[in-house]
Amino acid sequence: MGILVDENTRLLVQGLGRDGSFQASRCRAYGTNMVAGVHPRRGGTKFEDEVPIFETVAEAVDATGANVGLIFVPASGAADAIIEQVDSALPLVICISEGVPVQDMVTTIRYLEGKPSRLLGPNCPGLIRPSTQTKIGIIPGNILSEGRVGVVSRSGTLTYEAVVQLTELGIGQSTCVGIGGDPIHGTTFVDVLEMFQDDDETDAIVMIGEIGGTKEQQAAEYIKNHVTKPVVGAIVGQTAPPGKRMGHAGAIITGKAALASEKIRVLREAGVHIAESPAVIGAKMAEVLGR
Amino acid sequence: MNIHEYQAREILESYGVPVPRAGVASTPDEARKLAVDLGGRVVVKAQVHAGGRGKAGGVKLVETPDEAAAAAEGMLGRNLVTHQTRAGGVPVRQVLVAELTDIADELYLAITLDADARAPMVMASSEGGVEIEEVAANTPERIVRVAADPLIGLSPYHARDVAMKIGIPPDLIRPATTLIMNLYRIFRDKDASLVEINPLVITTDGRVMALDAKIGFEDDALFRHPEIRSLEDPEQNDELEQKAHDAGLAYVKLEGGRVGCMVNGAGLAMATMDITKTAGADPANFLDVGGGAAEDKIAEAFGIIVSDHDVEAILVNLFGGILRCDVAARGIVMGARSTGTQLPLVVAMRGTNAEEGLQILADAGLNVTTVGDLGEAAKALTNVLAIGPAGPNGGTD
Repeated sequence: MGILVDENTRLLVQGLGRDGSFQASRCRAYGTNMVAGVHPRRGGTKFEDEVPIFETVAEAVDATGANVGLIFVPASGAADAIIEQVDSALPLVICISEGVPVQDMVTTIRYLEGKPSRLLGPNCPGLIRPSTQTKIGIIPGNILSEGRVGVVSRSGTLTYEAVVQLTELGIGQSTCVGIGGDPIHGTTFVDVLEMFQDDDETDAIVMIGEIGGTKEQQAAEYIKNHVTKPVVGAIVGQTAPPGKRMGHAGAIITGKAALASEKIRVLREAGVHIAESPAVIGAKMAEVLGR
Repeated sequence: MNIHEYQAREILESYGVPVPRAGVASTPDEARKLAVDLGGRVVVKAQVHAGGRGKAGGVKLVETPDEAAAAAEGMLGRNLVTHQTRAGGVPVRQVLVAELTDIADELYLAITLDADARAPMVMASSEGGVEIEEVAANTPERIVRVAADPLIGLSPYHARDVAMKIGIPPDLIRPATTLIMNLYRIFRDKDASLVEINPLVITTDGRVMALDAKIGFEDDALFRHPEIRSLEDPEQNDELEQKAHDAGLAYVKLEGGRVGCMVNGAGLAMATMDITKTAGADPANFLDVGGGAAEDKIAEAFGIIVSDHDVEAILVNLFGGILRCDVAARGIVMGARSTGTQLPLVVAMRGTNAEEGLQILADAGLNVTTVGDLGEAAKALTNVLAIGPAGPNGGTD
């Protein structure tokens, strides 16, 4: 079954600048079926001599039947790109762009309500599913191995760290999903946990959180009530100084809940197996799986 | 990005929010003249990007223009240390001189973004003039929260609701509603992260007025607000942090640490900081070089870490995604050559073009220990720190 993507995934990439082109090329090399590119001034040309480029998302979807959109456009135009893809009813929209103005995202997320599209990100590494050789985003394909552990994380690069640890211990992954590090983002921990719980390719879950916000608390609540598969959790930022980046009022809203220690406490209470350091996420999963 | 109170006050004024008559002075003489114009009895307030000014001697009520000049003299050109500043305090270059207001009641009003509600949130309280954290901790029921709809904005009835709930008298509900609506316009128009009025006052002659103002802005949105960016006062920030900020790097100096950290991605950066602990040392900094960092940006990041004299070893942990490890390695070599540092490096490089990156470092002849993951990094770091910076691989002063 698998989550979010499968062998029928038809990828559209919007934002084919230097970085976007490099990463789109990597997605194709991993095995992803990229069917369209979108670039306002390069319509009618081809990406890597094979994939047609269109001027608008609507044209590209019409012509190719693309069903997943990937966004690399600069942060100033990222929200606009998300809205363009949502208006073309792409079922899954993944925004990699970092530094999107948060008020743009507040408006965009509200606009998405009731629409058929699911948003992943922004400021996320996307996702990767080894069993169908589908990579949508920037997670390096060579660190993954096919298997039955689902990985979900707020961080990009820390996700890779966890995947490397798993792979080195011979523990393969079903799907690996980065939900993004911005305070306002689309798909949440709870959304992905629900998908992994229902996924017959996933036996256990790694969840990596960090300080700030209360998303981990919501995840803990969901795990306690709905997740029967074992979950290994790690929370980073235990050495981060408090209050460094939060304004007065923001600090009130999250308060104590934003601390690493508090998140670890609620996750543990929800039955999550906590990796004591980010270096032992893989080892903890091995222990839980009895390997 | 933060701005000074006097700058925030000007923004409020331009949006029609009532504020006391005031002016800004950068010399005692200017403060005296302002006090004369304002009728003698004034408040002199040091302009720094930090709260807690009152207790630190940065706010003085005076009766005459001469006293205003003396108060300004005592603040200008000195560093003000409050519980929110770094240890040495921050320099005071201007004072705000404002007319005294006769206060009947002090309230609290703020607009910020609530990540859980995914919406701008108006927060208000009948308890103003004190630190709102204390109100939240002791009497949370006295804080009123109303979320705005991001698409249609704050509705006037929302603002009225807030005004009524914090006890604004019936005949002042209308101006208070207008004031709240105008603060919301500032929040949205200017991409603010926080608009905070503490205290919002009701005067004895029946007016609603913003007696103090704090406005913070989203860094990610400054590209479309040159008028806000021009208000930046770099002197208020830590020197290294400012340098990093100018280079587009997310850097936070951590007191007492001796392991410099260079990482891409905030999550991995925090994980790397946490790992230095298991090696028996504290991290000297948080540093996320970001996604598509170019060579010169990496070199600059390296230079910032090295210029922190507490640093005895550097832990580099890069996972190529958008960032390519070969690009990063060339940046590190560039930074190491331009600073001439001999500090030991523990380097983990994985992902996009990692092998090329490690080869570039090896070819450059730097003092590098290569590791495969965080666990190995902790062990290598322990060894490197035990040998010390003056060990066999070369020393530093």
